[in-house]
Amino acid sequence: MKTYVRFGVLVAAILGTLAWLAASGIRESKTYYKTISELKSMPQSEAGKRVRVTGDVVAGSIRREGAAVRFQICEKERGTTLNVVYTGKDPLPDTFRDEAQAMADGKLAPDGTFHASSIAAKCPSKYEAAPGKAAPQPLNPGPSRSSL
Amino acid sequence: METLGAFSLLLALCLAAYAFLASVIGGWKEKPFLAESARRAVYGVFVMLTAASAILVYALMTSDFRFAYVAERSNRAMPAVYKFAAWWGGQEGSLLLWSWMLSLYAAIVAWTNRARHRRLMPWVIAVLAFTQTFFCLLNVFVEPPFQMLAVGRGVTSVADGNGLNPLLQYWLMAIHPPALYLGFVGFVVPFAFAFASLLTREPGEAWIATTRRWSLVTWGFLSIGIMLGQGWAYAVLGWGGYWGWDPVENASLLPWITGTAFLHSVMMQEKKGMMKVWNMVLISATYFLCIFGTFLTRSGIVSSVHAFAQSSLGSWFVGFLAVSIAVTVFLILRRLDFLKSESHLESVLSRESSFLFNNLLLLASCFAVLWGTLFPVLTEALVGEKITVGAPFFNKVNIPIGLALLLLTGVGPLIAWRRSSWESLKRAFRWPVLAMGLTMAALLAFGVRHFYALVSLGLCAFVAATVVMEFYKGARSIAARNQMNFLRATVELTHRNTRRYGGYLVHMGIVLMFIGYTGSAFNKDTTEEVKIGSHFRIGAYELHVKEVTDGSNPNYSWQRAVIAVHRNGEYAGDLRPERRVYAASQQPTSEVAIRRRLNEDLYLNFASMSQSDPEAAIIQAYVFPLVSWIWIGFYVLLFGTVVCLIPSKVKYAYPKTQVVGVYERQPEAAQ
Repeated sequence: MKTYVRFGVLVAAILGTLAWLAASGIRESKTYYKTISELKSMPQSEAGKRVRVTGDVVAGSIRREGAAVRFQICEKERGTTLNVVYTGKDPLPDTFRDEAQAMADGKLAPDGTFHASSIAAKCPSKYEAAPGKAAPQPLNPGPSRSSL
Repeated sequence: METLGAFSLLLALCLAAYAFLASVIGGWKEKPFLAESARRAVYGVFVMLTAASAILVYALMTSDFRFAYVAERSNRAMPAVYKFAAWWGGQEGSLLLWSWMLSLYAAIVAWTNRARHRRLMPWVIAVLAFTQTFFCLLNVFVEPPFQMLAVGRGVTSVADGNGLNPLLQYWLMAIHPPALYLGFVGFVVPFAFAFASLLTREPGEAWIATTRRWSLVTWGFLSIGIMLGQGWAYAVLGWGGYWGWDPVENASLLPWITGTAFLHSVMMQEKKGMMKVWNMVLISATYFLCIFGTFLTRSGIVSSVHAFAQSSLGSWFVGFLAVSIAVTVFLILRRLDFLKSESHLESVLSRESSFLFNNLLLLASCFAVLWGTLFPVLTEALVGEKITVGAPFFNKVNIPIGLALLLLTGVGPLIAWRRSSWESLKRAFRWPVLAMGLTMAALLAFGVRHFYALVSLGLCAFVAATVVMEFYKGARSIAARNQMNFLRATVELTHRNTRRYGGYLVHMGIVLMFIGYTGSAFNKDTTEEVKIGSHFRIGAYELHVKEVTDGSNPNYSWQRAVIAVHRNGEYAGDLRPERRVYAASQQPTSEVAIRRRLNEDLYLNFASMSQSDPEAAIIQAYVFPLVSWIWIGFYVLLFGTVVCLIPSKVKYAYPKTQVVGVYERQPEAAQ
C-alpha cells in the first residue's frame, strides 16, 4: 500500500505543477476572437484585452513605413473597416496581400487603431496550406534580442 | 475516363462493405470460406483504388483540364514532379490518397497473414474494412475527385489551371502529406489486431509480437512526416521557426505522443504482463487521434493557417469517430476480466515506475496540447465567447514535460525491474551525474544564465553519458571475450539485441534534437533597411548588400538580393535571398538564403525593396544557434528505428513474473 501512496503523491505533485503552469500560460496568452464590429463596440473596460480580429485586406491599403506596416481590413458583410498597424519583428506572411483574409492579434489603442503583434493570412482557396504565420511571441521579449 | 474512375471508386466501396460484412459473419459463425472471400475482397479494393488513383494521376500529368480537380490544382508550367504531387494537393485527391494507402496496408496485412492467426484475422480484416468503407464513402459521395468542369449539359475545359500553391512547390512539402499519411493510416493496423484479440480473447503475446513491428514502422513514418513539416516551415516560411503550435501541427503531434507512450508501455506488457487495459486504451487512443487529426485538419472547426472549404466532411468524421469509440469502449469494459494485470507495482524506484511516469508525462502533454488546440471550440460552447491560447501556453506546459521525459530517458534503461536500491542507483549514475554537473558548470562559466537552457543541456549530457556507458560496457566485454576490435564488438553488441541498442540510438537522436531545440533560447534577429552597396551587422557577421537583380520564367518572376557574408572579418561566401511572384496564382513567396553550419545558421530573408527609398532593400537577418542538430538528431533517430526493426541475432525469451500459487505457513501447534 505504501508504494501506491508514494506513487500517488508524486503523480499528484506532477499534475498539480502542470496544471499551475497551464493556468499561467492561459492567462498570458488568451486571446479573444472578435469581429471588427464587436471590437469597435467593445466597452472601455475591456480595451486592454488581447484580441484576434479577422477581415479582408482592403486593396491598396498596405503601406510600409520603416519598421511598421499599416493596412486596413474590412468585414465583408457589414462593410466596417479597421486601421491596423503592425510593428512586429517577424516577416509578414507570403499570403498577406490585397483581398487576402487576414487575422491580426493585438490590442485596440485609444485612438481607434489596432496595434497588431502578430499577423496571419489565409489564401482564399480550399484545402491549401496557406502558412506564413508570423511567430506569436509578441509580449515576451526573447532573452537575446539583437544588440544592434 | 472519368466514368471509369468514378466507377472504380464505387466498386471499391462495394467491395469494402462486402469485406466488412463477410468477415464479421465469417468470424462470428465460423465460416472459413466466407472469411477467405472477405480477404480476397480486400485485394479487390486495392486493385480498384489503384485504378482510380492511376486515372487521376494520368489526368494530372497530361494536364487534362476538363477535370475540375486538375484545373484547380495543376497548371502547364509546373514541373512534372509537382504535377504528380498535385494528387494530394487538394481535399478530394488527398482523401483518395488516404483510401489508397489504407487499401495498400490492408492488402499487405491480409497477404502476410494468410496462413496465420486464423481465429484473429477475420476480425482484423473487419476493422480494416470498416475504416476502408468509411473513407470510400467519402470518396464516392462527399468529395468525389472525378467532377468535370461543366457548362450546361456538356463538359468544358480551361486553357490552363490554377496550379499548386507555390508554397507547396518545394520538395519537403511535396512528400510531407504521403509521409504523414503512411503514419496516420498505419496505426489502424495495430489497433485492428488489438481489437480483434480482445474480441476473440486471444492471449496478449500473439498480437503484441505481430503489431510491434507495424507500430514501430508507423511511428517512424509519422515522425518523418512531422519532421518534414518542421524542415519545410524552417526553410520556406521565412520566419525561421519550425513549430508554431498551429492546430494542424498539433493534430499530427497528438497521435505521435500517444504512439510513443504505447511503444514504451507495451514493453511492460511483454515482460511483466502489466498494463493490459492501459495498452488497449493507448493503441485505441492513438488510432482515434489519427482519425481526429484528419478531421481537425480538414473540417475547419479550429481556425488555423490552413484554409478550408466549408463542407459536410466534419459531420461524417464525427459520426465515424462516435461509433468507433463507443464500440471500442464497450468492448474494453466487457473484457476487463481478461485484461487483468499479472504483476503489480512494487516500488517507486523501479523500471515499472519509470515507464509509468513516462506514460503519465506523455499523456499529460497530449491532454494539454489537445485542450489548448480545442480551446476556442470549448470556450465558445461553454462561455459563448471564442478564446484562443497561443504558443506561451503550449511552451509553458510542454518544456518542463519534455525535460522531465529527457531525464527519464537516461534513468529508465539503467534502473532495475521491480525494485532498485539507492546504492545501485548511486553506482549506476555516478558518471552521468558528474557529466551533467560539469556541463552546467561550464555553461555557467561561459555566462549562460537561461534556466531551461542550462537544465536542458545538463540533462542532454546526462543521457548521452548513460548511453555511451551502456555501449562501452557491452562492447568491452564482447571484445575481450571474442578477441574483436572495439568497433566490431559494438556492431556485434547491437546485433545481438537490436531492440535495446536500437532504442539507445533513438534516445541519442532525441538528445541531439533537444540540443538543437535548446539553441533557440539564444536566437538573434534584426530587420534592416539597407542601401545597395552598404552593410549591417548581426552577431559575428557583417553583411554587405552587393546588388539586387531580377528576371522571370514561365512559372514565376523573381527579384534577388546578392549579399556578401563576412564572419569575424573573413569572407564566407555570398547569400542570395529571393522574392518570387508565381504567374498563375499571383502568389508571392520568399526564398530565404541559409548558411547552415553545425554551431549556428545564418538566415536571410529579402522582404522587399523599401517604399521610401528605391535604392534600399529591406533585409531580415537571423542567427539560429545549434539548429542543425535538430535535423542531425532526427537522422540518428531514424537510423535507430531501422536498427530496432532488424531481427536480433539472439532470440530472447523474456522471463515473466507469474503468480503460480501461494504457500501459507500453518501456525505452530500450541506447546
